[in-house]
Amino acid sequence: MISKKGRALKYGDNINTDIISPPQYMELGIAEASAYAMQAADPEFPKRVKPGDIFVAENNLGSGSSRETSPLTLKYLGISCVVAKSFARIFYRNCINVGIPALECPQAGEIDDGDELEIDIEKGSIKNLTKADVYRCDVLPAHIMEIIHAGGMFEYLYKNLGNKRKDI
Amino acid sequence: MGKTMSEKILAHASGQENVAAGDIVWVDVDRAMMDDILGPRVEIAEKIKLLGDKVWDSKKVVIISDHYTPPASIKQAEIVKFTRDWAEKYGVEKYFEFAGPCHQVMAETGNVLPGSIVLGTDSHTCMGGALGAFASGVGSTEMLGILVTGKTWLKVPQTIRVEWKNQLAKGVTAKDISLKTIGEIGHAGATYKAVEYTGDTIHGLMMDERMAITNMAVEMGAKVGMMPVDEVTKEYLKGIGIEEYPIYQSDKDAEYCMEYCFDAEKLIPQVACPDGVDKVADAEDVSFTSVDQAYLGSCTGGRLNDIRQAAMLLKGRKISKNVRMLVSPASVNIWKAADEAGYLRILADAGAVILAPTCGVCVGLHSGLIASGETCISSSNRNFIGRMGSKEGRIFLGSPLTVAASAVTGRITDPRTLM
Repeated sequence: MISKKGRALKYGDNINTDIISPPQYMELGIAEASAYAMQAADPEFPKRVKPGDIFVAENNLGSGSSRETSPLTLKYLGISCVVAKSFARIFYRNCINVGIPALECPQAGEIDDGDELEIDIEKGSIKNLTKADVYRCDVLPAHIMEIIHAGGMFEYLYKNLGNKRKDI
Repeated sequence: MGKTMSEKILAHASGQENVAAGDIVWVDVDRAMMDDILGPRVEIAEKIKLLGDKVWDSKKVVIISDHYTPPASIKQAEIVKFTRDWAEKYGVEKYFEFAGPCHQVMAETGNVLPGSIVLGTDSHTCMGGALGAFASGVGSTEMLGILVTGKTWLKVPQTIRVEWKNQLAKGVTAKDISLKTIGEIGHAGATYKAVEYTGDTIHGLMMDERMAITNMAVEMGAKVGMMPVDEVTKEYLKGIGIEEYPIYQSDKDAEYCMEYCFDAEKLIPQVACPDGVDKVADAEDVSFTSVDQAYLGSCTGGRLNDIRQAAMLLKGRKISKNVRMLVSPASVNIWKAADEAGYLRILADAGAVILAPTCGVCVGLHSGLIASGETCISSSNRNFIGRMGSKEGRIFLGSPLTVAASAVTGRITDPRTLM
């Protein structure tokens, strides 16, 4: 079982990639740029995020750019899992590929900032320990779970290509 | 039941007789495109060394340094150098620098063909759908996977059919079609889906105009923005020496998840208001808004026809003393063609500044950022908070004509009032 337990940091609709990774700081490395993450929505975000926190948003999380710096920044700052009512498609794939489970949950709006969550990714359930409630979230298809189990796309490729090709 | 062009292309690319919306398929990638900002430097360069340290087919890889050209800082210069050196080390001969925004360069150099799978590390890769390609944006780690295997997985999308009927009125452009469509469908209204633009209005548009529409399909969340291959497509490709390619058209009885129908005759100039591409209004309804910067450029609004339209409106006029107008042609070829046609001179005489072909202004990296409290009217594709500079600045998106008209009056202006 893959489970994630942590505090929710909660945001609203359309948290786009320009907000998560402001383009003006993208020439910096992830560590330096992460100080500016979420600047337009919550300038305190880089300071208040703690390892294991769960990033929760409402509709259309991660719209805009294909920049993988957005999930890489969240990962660098310690976000363990991302939950939203809905995701923009490239951001969704990027989260999975860098090893952050991305879960669609129609009831994400009921989660408040600071709620303690416990997520069972395989079963598709999110326990809100603070509110003593349980929400359903998407069960990821098998091919995506393989990537999650490996820890991300690179780890998945390393494992699979390594087994099949002697020259790697 | 018939098939959509997306289903047909993905069936071919995955080596299957038939696929249907919802299927997960592994496809062979025809072109893997990287830019400087999200290319080799992000995850790829380090990790490819552990995955065989070579690209699967260097002839199918294209690398374009466009975001940080010309570099505004040493860090940007180092990224461009790194990208250039990486391309050489991995035998990627299709490397371009200072040539213009990647999507335009991809199209001009014949790297986007009907029926092909084109994936790139930039979300506006979907522009390639104007040429009938299944073209979409991917992240860097996904690109890493493509570079070492030549494949990736895709979910076959459902398709939204968007039909435009009748002719555009004077002063109304393809960009207005693009904005109107996004305003109706919404910022996330096409998420995971293909959008297929069709109808006699679309068939009547030249390739420059078509690209301004498919470029922005991602602004509705779409995976791809497709257009049928027709005589205009064939002429465009013939013009760059390409005459052989497969053609996949949607069947008449193909299944669509949603259908929209718009009347181009009734369309008037549109703008997207801050801070959402789907916050679309009639330009005349926001004409009280004063502007500080007018930007004509980018992979959405910097093609020859865009520059021609702006030049025709600005001929013999001066832009407002309160406005700085910046022009960045979408490629070096367009820069030269606009110069030969006299358009750049007309724009410069009106008071505009002509920049290098670059992504810099559109995404606030260099060449013209906006300050707090400033407002920009832009022919580019995205008006998210802080994108073009200060997060206290405001961005409106409009057609090249609306940008030019607004530059003249110093406030957002329906171009029909100056024509």
